Amino acid sequence: ALIYLLKYPYLACLRPTQKMNLFQSITSALDNTLASDPTAVIFGEDVAFGGVFRCTVGLRDKYGKDRVFNTPLCEQGIVGFGIGVAVAGATAIAEIQFADYIFPAFDQIVNEAAKYRYRSGNMFDCGNLTIRAPWGCVGHGSLYHSQSPEAFFAHCPGLKVVIPRSPIQAKGLLLSCIADKNPCIFFEPKILYRAAVEQVPEDPYTIPLSQAEVLQEGSDVTLVAWGTQIHVLKEVASMAQEKLGVSCEVIDLQTILPWDIETVCKSVVKTGRLLISHEAPVTGGFASEISSTVQEECFLNLEAPISRVCGYDTPFPHIFEPFYIPDKWKCFEAIKKMINY
Amino acid sequence: MIKRIQPRVLAKPQSASARRERALIHGPSHITGRWRFPLSANSRRAQSEHTLTQRQIAGRLCPAVGSCAFYLPIFKTAKKPRAGRTHPDIRTVLRWVRSGKMLAIISNVFRASAQRNGAAVIMSARTYADFTTQATFEIKKCDLFKLDEGPATQVVLTRDEGLQYYRIMQTMRRMELKADQLYKQKIIRGFCHLYDGQEACAVGIETSINLSDHLITAYRAHGYTYTRGGTVKEIMAELTGRRGGIAKGKGGSMHMYCKHFYGGNGIVGAQVPLGAGVALACKFQGNNQLCVCLYGDGAANQGQIFETYNMAALWKLPVIFICENNRYGMGTSVERAAASTDYFKRGEFIPGLRVDGMDVLCVREATKFAADHCRSGKGPILMELQTYRYHGHSMSDPGVSYRTREEIQEVRSKSDPISLLKDRMLSNNMASVEELKEIDVEVRKEIEDAAQFATTDPEPPLEDLCNHIFCDMPSLEVRGTNPWAKLKSVS
Repeated sequence: ALIYLLKYPYLACLRPTQKMNLFQSITSALDNTLASDPTAVIFGEDVAFGGVFRCTVGLRDKYGKDRVFNTPLCEQGIVGFGIGVAVAGATAIAEIQFADYIFPAFDQIVNEAAKYRYRSGNMFDCGNLTIRAPWGCVGHGSLYHSQSPEAFFAHCPGLKVVIPRSPIQAKGLLLSCIADKNPCIFFEPKILYRAAVEQVPEDPYTIPLSQAEVLQEGSDVTLVAWGTQIHVLKEVASMAQEKLGVSCEVIDLQTILPWDIETVCKSVVKTGRLLISHEAPVTGGFASEISSTVQEECFLNLEAPISRVCGYDTPFPHIFEPFYIPDKWKCFEAIKKMINY
Repeated sequence: MIKRIQPRVLAKPQSASARRERALIHGPSHITGRWRFPLSANSRRAQSEHTLTQRQIAGRLCPAVGSCAFYLPIFKTAKKPRAGRTHPDIRTVLRWVRSGKMLAIISNVFRASAQRNGAAVIMSARTYADFTTQATFEIKKCDLFKLDEGPATQVVLTRDEGLQYYRIMQTMRRMELKADQLYKQKIIRGFCHLYDGQEACAVGIETSINLSDHLITAYRAHGYTYTRGGTVKEIMAELTGRRGGIAKGKGGSMHMYCKHFYGGNGIVGAQVPLGAGVALACKFQGNNQLCVCLYGDGAANQGQIFETYNMAALWKLPVIFICENNRYGMGTSVERAAASTDYFKRGEFIPGLRVDGMDVLCVREATKFAADHCRSGKGPILMELQTYRYHGHSMSDPGVSYRTREEIQEVRSKSDPISLLKDRMLSNNMASVEELKEIDVEVRKEIEDAAQFATTDPEPPLEDLCNHIFCDMPSLEVRGTNPWAKLKSVS
């Protein structure tokens, strides 16, 4: 228990916790923000009644309709508007209804939000902006409700991209993103909205960004993922331990950009093998960035080629989803091949 | 005593045939009793729809079996039975009626007569009663923007057109309800945006444009897929994701395509610039075709729509922009989403029309007007169809958290497109109740068969996962979840 408290210092003071699932922890984080920061505003499509995933339930009644309001159906407008709010000094939390719809706003995010501080020589910035979007496959989402676009934004310096894996991380990371003085995109795994339930502290707390978390220590293989895929890899790690006697180190990257190179490389130096897994298509997915950086840094420590278990290079399919996603068997197979290399 | 009913229908002077008909219907007095029979009375609103006296049955049987000599002693001039055909006597006939066999015999006879006549199967072989072949209706005037004159307010609807519209709308309605049912049974998964309530829009538009014209719409596309040429079977199989589907099972509810119908698009508002592009191609090729580009009231606030208006007006593209205003953009009512709810004026420099989208004739006339406008080279035109959807935004939306059930019921009872058409046709003697019921029965059967097919058809093969990514690159190796597991894209 003591080790647990030391490992998770944000739980150290044994604050009152409540059983919450992912969307409730998001609501709690937003509640804390609106309470502590009088300039905070939340806006997006349908956020007033609580949002399509119930992330903003009750906030409008509590804080008023000038702080929690709906926008019309215009993503480019939402993000552009959010950048303006942030530049003027208020804390803006914009919601894009699904990550698949973030593309009309891509220009605003990449060309305006990310470059504001740089191009104005630090005179202006939109660090008060946080964009939240539901992310990832959900079992029946098909082409436009299942995408994982973190790789598109990883290519853009000036932004921070963060993906939590569970309610406790979600609340802490969201609060860090809001507090952070850079524009942040916070992707929430939609399949975990109801499925992931944890005892989450009611008070605000932050989890540092750009720090990967080692969930499980191991000595043979390093497994890196983020969001929903972490839970798959945890299961794969236990399968590998049981069936192959392989001890796996599981790392949750948490922040995609800027990512924690040190933790991952230290781990690879220890184990010599790396497996990276995500749902997005493999070509140009974020695993390719991790892979190439790791081989640069730890080339001589590698025992086997770095393995990427990702989605196929196709649009996210409708009926073929169970074949498309990198499930535990594919990861397990990859570990077997790496061990026997 | 023969009960005299003066229906509004038979207002014509009584010819001999009409008199014979009345006598046949009411029959001789020795036939008594009532029989529950699916044939409903011939516009006899005074009587209940589902029962006929046996006199009436007997009266109807006579034309079918070809003679009434044995049956009505009062008509000595009745025709003799034809040689080679034996007629059943009345007791046999009534036994058949009681056993329910008559329905089969009658429908067979009618089918035979229909084949002879080449007409569609009509339940009542109303050789004696005339349907009016066409009627003129007064429709609502459209609000105009930047137009001097609008579409006609006096429209002619012929009987055949009316029956056709009724059939198509009823098919669409039943198809959507079936999809609702299958979704609740989890046979259809994913997203399903239903079109019931808005059928008049699809039918009205389609009747005014040719199949060679182009159409593109957003995700509420099942109705348009049907009017543009898809069959119910293909649509339902696409919803369930089977290989018999119209997009081979790879698209699902939101991505259905057929010839000159460009879908079925998931991203809100993204289809409007595409529609303008199609129109540009038509203009460039000089084929006198136009593009109908639909979007909803929620999408009307997207930036790309305004960019498209500008391009279309600048280059005078033959595009009809149609905003299907069903008052709610998912869960947000139009007052809460739009600074100006006059969507037909949003084009600013594009002329606009506001049309009652629940009346198929209004939509037809307005689209005809708009099509003429485009084809004459005057450039784009914008139409707002005021319509309503009964279901929620999609199957995951109950549809009642942002509007009241009373509102839905009110629209359903006052402005349902199918009921409006039906009332028009019945009150002007353009069809009979049983004729329309027969259409309903056929439609229901078609939908059942399609649902059966959709449930039992096999899913597309796994190889299809990687097909159709690129063109002309056969045997492209598609990298996948593992470095050694590559799938081949063969098309």
